[in-house]
Amino acid sequence: MNMIDHLPALQVIVPLISAPFCILMRNHMLAWAVAVVASGAAFSLAILSMGFVSDGATLTYAMGGWEAPYGIALEIDAFSALLTVIISGASLLALLAGAASARQQLVDEKQPLFFSAWLLALAGLLGITITADAFNIFVFMEISSLASYVIIAAGPHRKALGAVFKYLVMGTIGATFYLIGVGLIYMMTGTLNLEDIALRLNDVSDQRPIFVAAGFITIGLALKAAVFPLHVWMPNAYNYAPHIVSAFIAACATKVSLYVMMRFDFMVFQPNLVGHEFQFSYFFMPLALIAILSGAVVAALSRDLKRLLAWSSVSQIGYIVLGASLTTEAGLTSAIAHMFNHALAKGGGFLIAMGAALYYTTTRFSNLAGLGKEHPWIAAAFVVIGCSLIGVPGTAGFISKWLLVSAALEQGALGVLIISVVVLSSLLAVVYVWKVVELFYFAPRPEGGSSDVMQVRKPEMLLYMLVLGLVAGANIWFGIMPGEPLALAGQAAQALLGGSL
Amino acid sequence: MVWLDLYHYWVFAILLMIGYFSVIAKRNLVKKLIGLSLFQSAVFLLYITMGKVDGGTAPIIGMTDKTDIFSNPLPQVLILTAIVVGISTTALGLSIVVRIKEAYGSIEEDVIHQKDQVE
Amino acid sequence: MEPWIPFQYIPLIPLVGVVAILLGARVNDNVREAATLITALMTALAVWGFAPAVMEGQRFSVTLLDEVLPGIPLALQLEPLGAMFAILAGSLWVVNSVYSIGYMRGNKEKNQTRFYVFFAVSIAAALGIAFAGNAFTLFLFYECLTLSTYPLVSHKGDEKTIKSARIYLGVLISTSICLFLPAVIWVHSVSDGAFAAGGILSGVLSGPEVGLLLGLFVFGIGKAAVMPVHRWLPAAMVAPTPVSALLHAVAVVKAGVFSITKVVIYLFGVDFLFAQSTVGWMLYIAAFTIIVSSLVAIQQTNLKRMLAYSTIGQLSYVVLAVSVLTPLAEVGATLHMVAHAFGKITLFFAAGAIYVAAKKTELYQLAGIGRRMPWTAAAFTIGAISMIGVPPTGGFVSKWYILAGAFQSDNFVAIATLIVSTGLTATYFLPVVYSMWFGKEIEGPVANHGEAPMAMVIALTTTAALTLLFFFLHGPVKVMEQQVLLGAL
Repeated sequence: MNMIDHLPALQVIVPLISAPFCILMRNHMLAWAVAVVASGAAFSLAILSMGFVSDGATLTYAMGGWEAPYGIALEIDAFSALLTVIISGASLLALLAGAASARQQLVDEKQPLFFSAWLLALAGLLGITITADAFNIFVFMEISSLASYVIIAAGPHRKALGAVFKYLVMGTIGATFYLIGVGLIYMMTGTLNLEDIALRLNDVSDQRPIFVAAGFITIGLALKAAVFPLHVWMPNAYNYAPHIVSAFIAACATKVSLYVMMRFDFMVFQPNLVGHEFQFSYFFMPLALIAILSGAVVAALSRDLKRLLAWSSVSQIGYIVLGASLTTEAGLTSAIAHMFNHALAKGGGFLIAMGAALYYTTTRFSNLAGLGKEHPWIAAAFVVIGCSLIGVPGTAGFISKWLLVSAALEQGALGVLIISVVVLSSLLAVVYVWKVVELFYFAPRPEGGSSDVMQVRKPEMLLYMLVLGLVAGANIWFGIMPGEPLALAGQAAQALLGGSL
Repeated sequence: MVWLDLYHYWVFAILLMIGYFSVIAKRNLVKKLIGLSLFQSAVFLLYITMGKVDGGTAPIIGMTDKTDIFSNPLPQVLILTAIVVGISTTALGLSIVVRIKEAYGSIEEDVIHQKDQVE
Repeated sequence: MEPWIPFQYIPLIPLVGVVAILLGARVNDNVREAATLITALMTALAVWGFAPAVMEGQRFSVTLLDEVLPGIPLALQLEPLGAMFAILAGSLWVVNSVYSIGYMRGNKEKNQTRFYVFFAVSIAAALGIAFAGNAFTLFLFYECLTLSTYPLVSHKGDEKTIKSARIYLGVLISTSICLFLPAVIWVHSVSDGAFAAGGILSGVLSGPEVGLLLGLFVFGIGKAAVMPVHRWLPAAMVAPTPVSALLHAVAVVKAGVFSITKVVIYLFGVDFLFAQSTVGWMLYIAAFTIIVSSLVAIQQTNLKRMLAYSTIGQLSYVVLAVSVLTPLAEVGATLHMVAHAFGKITLFFAAGAIYVAAKKTELYQLAGIGRRMPWTAAAFTIGAISMIGVPPTGGFVSKWYILAGAFQSDNFVAIATLIVSTGLTATYFLPVVYSMWFGKEIEGPVANHGEAPMAMVIALTTTAALTLLFFFLHGPVKVMEQQVLLGAL
């Protein structure tokens, strides 16, 4: 067996093994370097596996040589490959850009611990996407959740603690709901392998426990994915987390839960449960529509950049859920493509917040006024990323919006309602993005400026600007040539509706 | 009584609801965590009881002479993992409560909320 | 003239120019301005190079990216209508650059580099609109144009400007996202969306759907300023005058009516629309806009705002002419696009020259200014006469064709609208012209001023001359339009 065969396992093991190394590094720079290297390795592995699955194949791996359904199987298909790229990419870029920010917000001695928790979160998130075992998903979910509670709690403001506590309580309830659902399924089928579950559910005559399980699993995951109205933990958690964490978590964490939800609902339940498709659709579509609008309204009213971005996430997650709730191939493609495109835009948005905070200590609007005059590149990057959030043509956000509207057109009369909501929320997005653009370019700098500005080292800053430029460029690049992610999304949607892993 | 035949599900459901209720209703953070622990323990019970087969025994090789009905060991194994997760969650939650106490001087939600408002 | 560069690279010329302008700005202002001028000249020459070939009936098309979205390429094509729009925008950019230099220096504006950069980007976007090969590409460049003109409109950066710029962006973005985008997606979902002679929607859509889709286009393309989506145009008048002149008399607003014309001719097809019963409202909307905007223009006291409302009315002439749906009227629509461009840019140039030299912006202040600024006032007079449609100006020619087209189908609504609006236009232009020459001078902010800077005078004389020349030399435009109709009708 050569290394390539172990690729799925390595994807998780590399960050998992690197985590303790981080602690061993007593120096914060070394710990950061280990985290960067591990994320970089994970990212290269993700790109590599994406190459393998891009023609529709799947990579499978039997943990410890125990074949599925007895052992734990790891599987990478188009959907999971896309997610691994998003997760490891977000981690790598956030780390590269955030060296200065981490120094600003964290105590040096705590940094090795912080980065090791970061790698555990990364390993957990990656694990969720590549495993094919329902219980294993729970384990990885908890690894990633516990680790992310830790890194979010590292935020310098004491409100971070309250936010994390809320996140912890709600996250645990969500995970436990999921666990109950898996238990019920195991009771009825005697298996935990997703593919096997889907197969054996066919023979279950009494469907009631399965319906209950579907309810528990869907709600539990919706809680973790911050689907409206279960999103209350999210804005504060994103807002008060260290900036470097916001950039990482906001780009990928909720999407992983949505991934599991879509896997379960489309692959396991829909082929087997009578009427599940409609229940899923009727349950989520109104919620998604409300989320899209309410998130955008609150974002338009907020007076802090990170808060604005967090609430915009509520709205953007609504787009993903909306696409999924159409339960058609076009709808799912748009949902999955939006996972990728939104990760680019939102990750970029929090990078801007990070850079702004480097110079002006907080991200409150009153502090950021006139940023464009002193830091034109950061402001310009925000314009690009903001356009992507709005969905201006030529940016990544436009692609997913186009797909979503095309998918909605297939729905007839209902489609008109969906399109009008999407259009209305795009206008709200114009409002909240342009509020910041005007603030950056036209508002005068506040008197005196901020006093306790930290010393930013040249190489750190250079790295930050490079990453920011890369992300802004990617928002345009994937708006003009969305080929690869779009192909993966299309394949993933087909596989989801095909009913087999 | 068919409703009481599967009494362990009732225990599970009632315990789950007690835990859930305290998470939502209690204003004290430690009490919330206790509720959360109860909530998780209920699920442990669900898993452990589901593996039991009537008249079954522990599935140990070499003891097959008495009977060939075994209980399913897998749920217990699974729940061992879940218990570990539960402990870690509680520990992490408590450590956050300690930090909150240091930062706010209280673990009552109302007081914390008030202090946040003052800022 | 021979084509010396593949046409799909023409929009890149202004973008290369951006780099040159940025580099030039590091040396000094003269180099920067030289870079702008050379870029403008190159662009104009490049588009002119294609004129003979296109007039002979040649068509060029190219697919830049095969699949931006599933089944939708980024495609450019060069056909007569687009070529004419590109020639118009490219050539007037040269004149406008000369004028800008005089205006920006004479006014001591700040951030001049930013101004020239975004000007070039806007032109690139306008050229993209001109060459768009399908509905998706059209929409892409349309939005680029909206965004790239925003920094120009908000150039001054004070509170009033930002508020107006917000209206500008708000109206244009919201109409395009709410109406234009759904229309484009609709078109692409039922067809391949590629512009083709004779239209592609015939037989695909029917009955009320056609009216609905046309409505989405007419109101979604907010740049055409059909009422009630015209509010952005008066708001955009806070921009420096060269912007109002080239963008809000030529490039941006013409991009709007051009897009509508292109959609009507190449997507719907004139014949197809003519046979529909659900599209008649377009004529009435256009007529309504013409009359109401003229009435509003009469009430204006500010020169640039009056010109803005006049523009709204004149744009709807094009929409009106298009919706008459007869061959002569379509020719008239195209002629009017050009004729109005020459006339209105002259008027704006004059307004800007007066502002730079005398700092006067209100109509009552213009009394007697003709004696101090004879060139400017003369150019203004020619522009005004062209707006009214009196020979020997370009405005007369286009009105003639539109009227003739209206008679072809006995369209009395259109005829009546044209006659009434001619009267109204005279009502708000002639008193201004009269008082400029014969009024008693009013003391303004600048006491003893003379003519505006040389660069500005050259520019406005050129465009005034073009307005007159177009009366005699409108043949090529007619030929080009007939090329379009050969395929369409």
